[in-house]
Amino acid sequence: MIIIGEKINSSRKLIAQAIAAGDRAYIQNEAKAQSDAGADYIDVNAAAFLEKEAECLRWIIEAVQEVTDLPLCIDSPDPAVIKKVIPLTKKPPMINSITLEPSRLETILPLVLDYNATVIGLCQTKGKMGKTVNEKVEIAGRLVERITSSGIRIDSLYIDPLVFPVGTDTNSVSATLDSIEIIMKQFNGVHTICGLTNVSHGLPERKLINRTLLAEAIARGLDAAILDPTDKQLVGVMRAALMLMGKDEYCVEYIKAFRKGLLA
Amino acid sequence: MSEELFERLTKAIIDGKDKDAVSFSREAIEKGLTARSVLENGLLPGIRKVGELFSAGEYYLPELLISGMTMQAAVAELEPLLNSGGSQFRTGKYLIGTVKGDIHDIGKNIVMMMLKGNGWEVTDLGVDVAPEKICTSIAEGDYDVFGMSALLTVTLPAADETVKAISKAGLRDKIKIMVGGAPVTQDFADKIGADGYAKDAFEAVNKAFSLIGKTR
Repeated sequence: MIIIGEKINSSRKLIAQAIAAGDRAYIQNEAKAQSDAGADYIDVNAAAFLEKEAECLRWIIEAVQEVTDLPLCIDSPDPAVIKKVIPLTKKPPMINSITLEPSRLETILPLVLDYNATVIGLCQTKGKMGKTVNEKVEIAGRLVERITSSGIRIDSLYIDPLVFPVGTDTNSVSATLDSIEIIMKQFNGVHTICGLTNVSHGLPERKLINRTLLAEAIARGLDAAILDPTDKQLVGVMRAALMLMGKDEYCVEYIKAFRKGLLA
Repeated sequence: MSEELFERLTKAIIDGKDKDAVSFSREAIEKGLTARSVLENGLLPGIRKVGELFSAGEYYLPELLISGMTMQAAVAELEPLLNSGGSQFRTGKYLIGTVKGDIHDIGKNIVMMMLKGNGWEVTDLGVDVAPEKICTSIAEGDYDVFGMSALLTVTLPAADETVKAISKAGLRDKIKIMVGGAPVTQDFADKIGADGYAKDAFEAVNKAFSLIGKTR
Protein backbone atom coordinates (compact mmCIF):
# COMPACT_ATOMS: atom_id res chain seq x y z
CA MET A 1 0.00 0.00 0.00
CA ILE A 2 1.37 3.36 -1.04
CA ILE A 3 0.35 6.15 1.33
CA ILE A 4 0.45 9.77 0.25
CA GLY A 5 0.32 12.08 3.27
CA GLU A 6 -2.27 14.70 2.41
CA LYS A 7 -1.82 17.27 5.15
CA ILE A 8 0.36 19.93 3.51
CA ASN A 9 -2.42 21.33 1.37
CA SER A 10 -3.17 25.02 1.04
CA SER A 11 -6.91 24.40 1.06
CA ARG A 12 -6.50 23.68 4.78
CA LYS A 13 -6.72 26.88 6.78
CA LEU A 14 -3.80 26.26 9.14
CA ILE A 15 -1.50 25.27 6.29
CA ALA A 16 -2.50 28.33 4.27
CA GLN A 17 -1.75 30.50 7.31
CA ALA A 18 1.63 28.85 7.82
CA ILE A 19 2.55 29.37 4.17
CA ALA A 20 1.39 33.00 4.23
CA ALA A 21 3.37 33.63 7.43
CA GLY A 22 6.45 31.78 6.21
CA ASP A 23 6.19 29.49 9.23
CA ARG A 24 8.78 26.92 8.17
CA ALA A 25 8.65 24.97 11.44
CA TYR A 26 4.90 24.37 11.13
CA ILE A 27 5.23 22.92 7.64
CA GLN A 28 8.24 20.86 8.70
CA ASN A 29 6.37 19.44 11.70
CA GLU A 30 3.51 18.37 9.44
CA ALA A 31 6.00 16.66 7.13
CA LYS A 32 7.83 14.98 9.97
CA ALA A 33 4.66 13.73 11.65
CA GLN A 34 3.42 12.16 8.43
CA SER A 35 6.79 10.64 7.71
CA ASP A 36 6.95 9.15 11.22
CA ALA A 37 3.43 7.76 10.78
CA GLY A 38 4.48 5.75 7.75
CA ALA A 39 3.75 7.91 4.69
CA ASP A 40 5.46 6.92 1.43
CA TYR A 41 5.07 10.32 -0.22
CA ILE A 42 4.40 13.78 1.18
CA ASP A 43 1.85 15.70 -0.85
CA VAL A 44 2.67 19.39 -1.30
CA ASN A 45 0.04 21.82 -2.52
CA ALA A 46 -0.02 25.62 -2.71
CA ALA A 47 -2.82 26.01 -5.26
CA ALA A 48 -4.77 28.41 -3.06
CA PHE A 49 -2.06 31.01 -3.60
CA LEU A 50 -2.94 31.30 -7.29
CA GLU A 51 -0.35 33.53 -9.02
CA LYS A 52 2.11 33.00 -6.16
CA GLU A 53 1.66 29.24 -6.30
CA ALA A 54 5.04 28.35 -7.82
CA GLU A 55 6.90 30.56 -5.37
CA CYS A 56 5.06 29.10 -2.36
CA LEU A 57 5.47 25.56 -3.59
CA ARG A 58 9.21 26.06 -4.02
CA TRP A 59 9.44 27.25 -0.42
CA ILE A 60 7.40 24.27 0.83
CA ILE A 61 9.46 21.75 -1.13
CA GLU A 62 12.69 23.09 0.28
CA ALA A 63 11.32 23.14 3.82
CA VAL A 64 9.94 19.60 3.62
CA GLN A 65 13.09 18.11 2.09
CA GLU A 66 15.13 19.49 4.98
CA VAL A 67 13.33 17.21 7.43
CA THR A 68 12.47 14.10 5.47
CA ASP A 69 14.01 11.88 2.81
CA LEU A 70 10.60 10.84 1.52
CA PRO A 71 9.72 11.61 -2.09
CA LEU A 72 7.15 14.33 -2.69
CA CYS A 73 3.82 14.28 -4.41
CA ILE A 74 3.64 17.54 -6.34
CA ASP A 75 0.03 18.62 -6.31
CA SER A 76 -0.93 21.42 -8.65
CA PRO A 77 -3.73 22.17 -11.09
CA ASP A 78 -1.23 24.08 -13.23
CA PRO A 79 1.20 22.00 -15.36
CA ALA A 80 3.47 25.03 -15.75
CA VAL A 81 3.89 25.21 -11.97
CA ILE A 82 4.74 21.52 -11.80
CA LYS A 83 7.34 22.01 -14.51
CA LYS A 84 8.83 24.93 -12.61
CA VAL A 85 9.25 23.21 -9.26
CA ILE A 86 10.00 19.62 -10.21
CA PRO A 87 13.78 20.25 -10.65
CA LEU A 88 13.90 20.95 -6.89
CA THR A 89 12.91 17.44 -5.91
CA LYS A 90 15.67 15.22 -4.54
CA LYS A 91 13.87 11.92 -5.13
CA PRO A 92 11.71 10.83 -8.08
CA PRO A 93 8.39 12.49 -7.21
CA MET A 94 4.77 11.63 -7.84
CA ILE A 95 2.84 14.13 -9.96
CA ASN A 96 -0.71 14.96 -8.91
CA SER A 97 -2.23 14.87 -11.48
CA ILE A 98 -3.09 14.33 -15.13
CA THR A 99 -6.42 13.87 -16.88
CA LEU A 100 -7.00 13.06 -20.54
CA GLU A 101 -6.90 16.79 -21.22
CA PRO A 102 -4.22 17.20 -23.95
CA SER A 103 -2.64 20.37 -22.54
CA ARG A 104 -1.87 18.65 -19.24
CA LEU A 105 -0.58 15.50 -20.91
CA GLU A 106 1.74 17.40 -23.24
CA THR A 107 3.51 19.17 -20.39
CA ILE A 108 3.46 16.46 -17.77
CA LEU A 109 4.26 13.21 -19.58
CA PRO A 110 7.76 14.40 -20.60
CA LEU A 111 8.36 15.36 -16.94
CA VAL A 112 7.36 11.88 -15.81
CA LEU A 113 10.00 10.47 -18.16
CA ASP A 114 12.71 13.00 -17.35
CA TYR A 115 12.35 12.72 -13.59
CA ASN A 116 11.51 9.02 -13.47
CA ALA A 117 8.34 10.12 -11.71
CA THR A 118 5.07 8.39 -10.99
CA VAL A 119 1.81 10.09 -11.87
CA ILE A 120 -1.81 10.15 -10.74
CA GLY A 121 -4.33 9.95 -13.58
CA LEU A 122 -7.85 11.11 -12.81
CA CYS A 123 -10.77 9.42 -14.58
CA GLN A 124 -11.66 12.71 -16.15
CA THR A 125 -11.62 14.11 -19.68
CA LYS A 126 -11.92 17.70 -20.75
CA GLY A 127 -15.30 18.84 -19.53
CA LYS A 128 -16.40 15.57 -17.97
CA MET A 129 -15.76 13.43 -14.93
CA GLY A 130 -16.21 9.69 -15.13
CA LYS A 131 -19.35 8.90 -13.14
CA THR A 132 -20.53 5.46 -14.23
CA VAL A 133 -18.42 2.32 -14.08
CA ASN A 134 -18.23 2.25 -17.88
CA GLU A 135 -17.07 5.86 -18.11
CA LYS A 136 -14.44 5.36 -15.42
CA VAL A 137 -13.04 2.16 -16.91
CA GLU A 138 -13.07 3.58 -20.44
CA ILE A 139 -11.11 6.67 -19.37
CA ALA A 140 -8.73 4.50 -17.34
CA GLY A 141 -8.02 2.46 -20.47
CA ARG A 142 -7.22 5.58 -22.44
CA LEU A 143 -4.92 6.82 -19.67
CA VAL A 144 -3.06 3.50 -19.68
CA GLU A 145 -2.75 3.71 -23.47
CA ARG A 146 -1.42 7.30 -23.37
CA ILE A 147 1.08 6.49 -20.63
CA THR A 148 2.47 3.29 -22.10
CA SER A 149 2.65 4.63 -25.66
CA SER A 150 4.75 7.51 -24.30
CA GLY A 151 7.30 5.02 -23.05
CA ILE A 152 6.27 5.24 -19.40
CA ARG A 153 5.90 1.98 -17.50
CA ILE A 154 2.34 1.08 -16.53
CA ASP A 155 3.32 0.75 -12.88
CA SER A 156 4.18 4.45 -12.81
CA LEU A 157 0.48 5.22 -13.28
CA TYR A 158 -1.90 5.60 -10.35
CA ILE A 159 -5.48 5.75 -11.58
CA ASP A 160 -7.94 7.71 -9.46
CA PRO A 161 -11.47 6.53 -10.35
CA LEU A 162 -12.93 9.56 -8.50
CA VAL A 163 -15.08 9.45 -5.41
CA PHE A 164 -18.27 11.53 -5.18
CA PRO A 165 -20.38 12.31 -2.10
CA VAL A 166 -22.57 9.35 -1.22
CA GLY A 167 -25.04 11.82 0.29
CA THR A 168 -25.93 13.27 -3.09
CA ASP A 169 -25.90 10.04 -5.09
CA THR A 170 -26.30 6.83 -3.17
CA ASN A 171 -24.96 4.68 -6.03
CA SER A 172 -21.90 6.73 -6.93
CA VAL A 173 -19.53 5.01 -4.54
CA SER A 174 -20.41 1.50 -5.66
CA ALA A 175 -19.48 2.67 -9.19
CA THR A 176 -16.10 3.76 -7.84
CA LEU A 177 -15.56 0.47 -6.03
CA ASP A 178 -16.61 -1.61 -9.05
CA SER A 179 -14.26 0.32 -11.29
CA ILE A 180 -11.32 -0.20 -8.89
CA GLU A 181 -11.84 -3.92 -9.17
CA ILE A 182 -12.19 -3.89 -12.96
CA ILE A 183 -9.22 -1.55 -13.52
CA MET A 184 -6.93 -3.65 -11.30
CA LYS A 185 -7.91 -6.82 -13.18
CA GLN A 186 -7.95 -5.39 -16.67
CA PHE A 187 -4.70 -3.39 -16.65
CA ASN A 188 -2.04 -5.56 -15.12
CA GLY A 189 0.55 -3.57 -13.17
CA VAL A 190 -1.39 -0.33 -12.87
CA HIS A 191 -2.13 1.16 -9.46
CA THR A 192 -5.40 2.60 -8.19
CA ILE A 193 -5.58 5.46 -5.75
CA CYS A 194 -8.30 7.59 -4.24
CA GLY A 195 -8.98 10.37 -1.81
CA LEU A 196 -11.35 9.62 1.04
CA THR A 197 -12.84 12.85 2.30
CA ASN A 198 -15.17 13.70 -0.59
CA VAL A 199 -17.37 10.69 0.08
CA SER A 200 -18.77 11.95 3.38
CA HIS A 201 -19.72 15.48 2.36
CA GLY A 202 -22.96 16.59 4.03
CA LEU A 203 -23.16 13.66 6.46
CA PRO A 204 -22.50 13.22 10.18
CA GLU A 205 -19.51 11.24 11.57
CA ARG A 206 -17.54 11.84 8.39
CA LYS A 207 -14.42 9.98 9.48
CA LEU A 208 -16.40 6.81 10.06
CA ILE A 209 -17.56 6.92 6.45
CA ASN A 210 -14.09 7.78 5.15
CA ARG A 211 -12.39 4.85 6.83
CA THR A 212 -15.13 2.43 5.86
CA LEU A 213 -14.65 3.50 2.25
CA LEU A 214 -10.94 2.79 2.62
CA ALA A 215 -11.63 -0.73 3.89
CA GLU A 216 -14.08 -1.44 1.08
CA ALA A 217 -11.73 -0.04 -1.56
CA ILE A 218 -8.84 -2.13 -0.24
CA ALA A 219 -11.09 -5.17 -0.43
CA ARG A 220 -11.56 -4.41 -4.14
CA GLY A 221 -7.85 -4.00 -4.83
CA LEU A 222 -7.02 -0.37 -4.11
CA ASP A 223 -3.27 -0.17 -3.52
CA ALA A 224 -2.65 3.52 -2.84
CA ALA A 225 -4.47 6.26 -0.96
CA ILE A 226 -4.18 9.96 -0.27
CA LEU A 227 -4.92 10.29 3.42
CA ASP A 228 -3.88 11.60 6.81
CA PRO A 229 -1.40 8.98 8.06
CA THR A 230 -1.47 10.48 11.56
CA ASP A 231 -5.14 9.51 11.95
CA LYS A 232 -4.73 6.34 14.00
CA GLN A 233 -8.27 5.07 13.55
CA LEU A 234 -7.94 5.43 9.80
CA VAL A 235 -4.53 3.77 9.68
CA GLY A 236 -5.83 1.04 11.98
CA VAL A 237 -8.63 0.20 9.55
CA MET A 238 -6.19 0.34 6.65
CA ARG A 239 -3.68 -2.04 8.29
CA ALA A 240 -6.42 -4.46 9.35
CA ALA A 241 -8.07 -4.39 5.90
CA LEU A 242 -4.77 -5.08 4.13
CA MET A 243 -4.06 -7.93 6.51
CA LEU A 244 -7.49 -9.47 5.99
CA MET A 245 -7.05 -9.22 2.22
CA GLY A 246 -3.90 -11.31 2.45
CA LYS A 247 -1.64 -8.39 1.67
CA ASP A 248 0.34 -8.46 4.88
CA GLU A 249 2.41 -11.61 5.05
CA TYR A 250 2.46 -13.13 8.53
CA CYS A 251 0.61 -9.98 9.66
CA VAL A 252 3.98 -8.35 10.18
CA GLU A 253 3.00 -4.84 9.14
CA TYR A 254 -0.09 -4.85 11.33
CA ILE A 255 1.85 -5.96 14.37
CA LYS A 256 4.65 -3.50 13.68
CA ALA A 257 2.18 -0.61 13.35
CA PHE A 258 0.57 -1.69 16.64
CA ARG A 259 3.93 -1.76 18.48
CA LYS A 260 4.71 1.70 17.17
CA GLY A 261 1.40 2.90 18.61
CA LEU A 262 0.05 3.78 15.19
CA LEU A 263 -3.25 1.91 15.47
CA ALA A 264 -6.46 2.81 17.23
CA MET B 1 -60.43 21.48 9.18
CA SER B 2 -58.04 22.88 6.61
CA GLU B 3 -55.56 23.54 9.43
CA GLU B 4 -55.22 19.82 10.05
CA LEU B 5 -54.65 19.20 6.35
CA PHE B 6 -52.03 21.95 6.12
CA GLU B 7 -50.24 20.39 9.05
CA ARG B 8 -50.20 17.02 7.34
CA LEU B 9 -48.80 18.64 4.18
CA THR B 10 -46.12 20.45 6.13
CA LYS B 11 -45.15 17.24 7.86
CA ALA B 12 -45.02 15.34 4.56
CA ILE B 13 -42.47 17.86 3.26
CA ILE B 14 -40.43 17.77 6.47
CA ASP B 15 -40.42 13.97 6.47
CA GLY B 16 -39.77 13.79 2.73
CA LYS B 17 -42.83 11.65 1.95
CA ASP B 18 -43.53 12.43 -1.69
CA LYS B 19 -46.60 10.19 -2.10
CA ASP B 20 -48.22 11.79 0.96
CA ALA B 21 -47.37 15.28 -0.23
CA VAL B 22 -48.98 14.61 -3.60
CA SER B 23 -52.08 12.86 -2.26
CA PHE B 24 -52.66 15.42 0.50
CA SER B 25 -52.34 18.18 -2.09
CA ARG B 26 -54.94 16.47 -4.23
CA GLU B 27 -57.19 15.99 -1.19
CA ALA B 28 -56.93 19.69 -0.38
CA ILE B 29 -57.90 20.71 -3.91
CA GLU B 30 -60.85 18.30 -3.84
CA LYS B 31 -62.01 19.89 -0.61
CA GLY B 32 -62.13 23.22 -2.37
CA LEU B 33 -58.91 24.85 -1.16
CA THR B 34 -57.01 26.89 -3.72
CA ALA B 35 -53.68 25.69 -5.05
CA ARG B 36 -52.02 28.86 -3.85
CA SER B 37 -53.34 28.30 -0.34
CA VAL B 38 -52.06 24.71 -0.36
CA LEU B 39 -48.66 25.94 -1.44
CA GLU B 40 -48.42 28.85 0.95
CA ASN B 41 -49.98 27.29 4.04
CA GLY B 42 -49.02 23.66 3.59
CA LEU B 43 -45.92 23.14 1.48
CA LEU B 44 -43.78 26.23 1.91
CA PRO B 45 -43.82 26.17 5.74
CA GLY B 46 -42.53 22.59 5.43
CA ILE B 47 -39.58 23.41 3.20
CA ARG B 48 -38.82 26.47 5.35
CA LYS B 49 -38.65 24.25 8.41
CA VAL B 50 -36.37 21.81 6.56
CA GLY B 51 -34.08 24.72 5.74
CA GLU B 52 -33.99 25.77 9.39
CA LEU B 53 -33.17 22.24 10.48
CA PHE B 54 -30.44 22.03 7.85
CA SER B 55 -28.94 25.37 8.83
CA ALA B 56 -28.97 24.30 12.47
CA GLY B 57 -27.04 21.14 11.57
CA GLU B 58 -29.92 18.89 12.60
CA TYR B 59 -30.78 17.84 9.07
CA TYR B 60 -28.13 16.43 6.74
CA LEU B 61 -27.71 16.94 3.04
CA PRO B 62 -29.58 13.81 1.88
CA GLU B 63 -32.57 14.85 4.01
CA LEU B 64 -32.55 18.27 2.38
CA LEU B 65 -32.53 16.52 -1.00
CA ILE B 66 -35.42 14.20 -0.14
CA SER B 67 -37.55 17.10 1.09
CA GLY B 68 -36.59 19.12 -1.99
CA MET B 69 -37.73 16.31 -4.26
CA THR B 70 -40.94 15.92 -2.26
CA MET B 71 -41.57 19.62 -2.68
CA GLN B 72 -41.00 19.32 -6.42
CA ALA B 73 -43.46 16.45 -6.70
CA ALA B 74 -46.16 18.38 -4.84
CA VAL B 75 -45.55 21.58 -6.79
CA ALA B 76 -45.81 19.61 -10.06
CA GLU B 77 -49.20 18.36 -8.90
CA LEU B 78 -50.43 21.89 -8.17
CA GLU B 79 -48.75 23.61 -11.07
CA PRO B 80 -51.54 23.45 -13.66
CA LEU B 81 -53.90 25.03 -11.12
CA LEU B 82 -51.39 27.59 -9.94
CA ASN B 83 -50.81 28.84 -13.43
CA SER B 84 -54.48 28.98 -14.46
CA GLY B 85 -56.79 31.96 -14.18
CA GLY B 86 -54.23 34.48 -15.31
CA SER B 87 -52.07 34.27 -12.20
CA GLN B 88 -48.53 33.09 -12.83
CA PHE B 89 -47.06 30.97 -10.10
CA ARG B 90 -43.49 31.28 -11.39
CA THR B 91 -41.46 33.08 -8.80
CA GLY B 92 -38.76 34.11 -11.21
CA LYS B 93 -36.41 32.88 -13.88
CA TYR B 94 -33.01 31.64 -12.88
CA LEU B 95 -30.00 31.00 -15.08
CA ILE B 96 -27.39 28.69 -13.61
CA GLY B 97 -24.02 27.21 -14.54
CA THR B 98 -20.57 26.15 -13.34
CA VAL B 99 -17.79 28.53 -14.37
CA LYS B 100 -15.29 27.99 -17.15
CA GLY B 101 -12.60 25.42 -16.39
CA ASP B 102 -14.67 23.79 -13.64
CA ILE B 103 -16.66 20.62 -14.25
CA HIS B 104 -18.26 20.09 -10.83
CA ASP B 105 -22.01 19.77 -11.07
CA ILE B 106 -23.29 18.29 -7.80
CA GLY B 107 -23.65 21.55 -5.88
CA LYS B 108 -25.16 23.33 -8.84
CA ASN B 109 -27.71 20.54 -9.30
CA ILE B 110 -28.77 20.68 -5.65
CA VAL B 111 -29.32 24.44 -5.86
CA MET B 112 -31.33 23.88 -9.03
CA MET B 113 -33.56 21.37 -7.35
CA MET B 114 -34.22 23.61 -4.37
CA LEU B 115 -35.04 26.54 -6.66
CA LYS B 116 -37.48 24.46 -8.70
CA GLY B 117 -39.15 23.23 -5.53
CA ASN B 118 -39.72 26.87 -4.62
CA GLY B 119 -41.34 27.76 -7.90
CA TRP B 120 -38.41 29.07 -9.89
CA GLU B 121 -38.03 28.34 -13.57
CA VAL B 122 -34.42 27.26 -13.95
CA THR B 123 -32.28 27.11 -17.08
CA ASP B 124 -29.11 25.07 -16.70
CA LEU B 125 -26.09 25.95 -18.84
CA GLY B 126 -24.17 22.97 -17.48
CA VAL B 127 -20.51 22.94 -16.47
CA ASP B 128 -17.36 24.61 -17.83
CA VAL B 129 -19.43 27.47 -19.22
CA ALA B 130 -17.57 30.23 -21.03
CA PRO B 131 -18.41 33.83 -20.05
CA GLU B 132 -19.43 34.55 -23.65
CA LYS B 133 -22.06 31.85 -23.54
CA ILE B 134 -23.41 33.24 -20.28
CA CYS B 135 -23.60 36.74 -21.77
CA THR B 136 -25.48 35.46 -24.80
CA SER B 137 -28.01 33.66 -22.60
CA ILE B 138 -28.55 36.75 -20.45
CA ALA B 139 -28.93 38.96 -23.53
CA GLU B 140 -31.40 36.64 -25.21
CA GLY B 141 -33.43 35.57 -22.19
CA ASP B 142 -35.42 37.38 -19.54
CA TYR B 143 -33.77 35.93 -16.45
CA ASP B 144 -34.02 37.57 -13.05
CA VAL B 145 -30.97 35.97 -11.49
CA PHE B 146 -27.82 34.28 -12.74
CA GLY B 147 -26.09 31.92 -10.31
CA MET B 148 -22.64 30.51 -10.88
CA SER B 149 -20.79 27.77 -9.10
CA ALA B 150 -17.00 27.56 -8.65
CA LEU B 151 -15.74 24.55 -6.71
CA LEU B 152 -11.99 25.01 -6.94
CA THR B 153 -9.66 27.70 -5.72
CA VAL B 154 -8.17 27.79 -9.19
CA THR B 155 -11.50 28.41 -10.87
CA LEU B 156 -12.40 31.37 -8.65
CA PRO B 157 -10.78 33.77 -11.14
CA ALA B 158 -13.22 32.48 -13.77
CA ALA B 159 -16.10 33.76 -11.60
CA ASP B 160 -14.46 37.17 -11.56
CA GLU B 161 -13.99 37.07 -15.34
CA THR B 162 -17.62 36.12 -15.80
CA VAL B 163 -18.88 39.15 -13.86
CA LYS B 164 -16.50 41.39 -15.83
CA ALA B 165 -17.71 39.91 -19.13
CA ILE B 166 -21.34 40.53 -18.16
CA SER B 167 -20.53 44.15 -17.31
CA LYS B 168 -18.52 44.64 -20.47
CA ALA B 169 -21.39 43.31 -22.56
CA GLY B 170 -23.59 46.03 -21.02
CA LEU B 171 -25.80 43.45 -19.31
CA ARG B 172 -24.96 44.08 -15.68
CA ASP B 173 -28.15 46.04 -14.95
CA LYS B 174 -30.27 43.38 -16.58
CA ILE B 175 -29.61 40.66 -14.04
CA LYS B 176 -28.74 39.89 -10.43
CA ILE B 177 -25.64 37.73 -10.00
CA MET B 178 -25.05 35.11 -7.31
CA VAL B 179 -21.97 33.01 -6.68
CA GLY B 180 -21.37 29.92 -4.57
CA GLY B 181 -19.09 26.90 -4.14
CA ALA B 182 -16.73 25.47 -1.55
CA PRO B 183 -13.92 28.09 -1.78
CA VAL B 184 -16.30 31.06 -2.23
CA THR B 185 -16.84 33.52 0.61
CA GLN B 186 -18.97 36.63 1.09
CA ASP B 187 -15.75 38.65 0.79
CA PHE B 188 -14.99 37.11 -2.56
CA ALA B 189 -18.52 37.74 -3.80
CA ASP B 190 -18.23 41.39 -2.75
CA LYS B 191 -14.82 41.73 -4.33
CA ILE B 192 -15.92 40.53 -7.75
CA GLY B 193 -19.08 42.63 -7.58
CA ALA B 194 -21.66 39.86 -7.34
CA ASP B 195 -25.03 40.71 -5.78
CA GLY B 196 -25.20 37.70 -3.56
CA TYR B 197 -23.41 34.75 -1.98
CA ALA B 198 -24.90 31.70 -0.31
CA LYS B 199 -23.06 29.06 1.66
CA ASP B 200 -25.49 26.28 0.86
CA ALA B 201 -28.48 25.38 -1.32
CA PHE B 202 -31.04 26.53 1.19
CA GLU B 203 -29.47 29.94 1.65
CA ALA B 204 -29.16 30.20 -2.11
CA VAL B 205 -32.94 30.02 -2.43
CA ASN B 206 -33.45 32.66 0.28
CA LYS B 207 -30.90 34.90 -1.39
CA ALA B 208 -32.51 34.47 -4.81
CA PHE B 209 -35.86 35.51 -3.37
CA SER B 210 -34.42 38.52 -1.62
CA LEU B 211 -32.59 39.64 -4.76
CA ILE B 212 -35.87 39.94 -6.64
CA GLY B 213 -37.56 41.59 -3.67
CA LYS B 214 -39.73 38.68 -2.61
CA THR B 215 -39.87 36.43 0.41
CA ARG B 216 -40.40 32.73 0.07
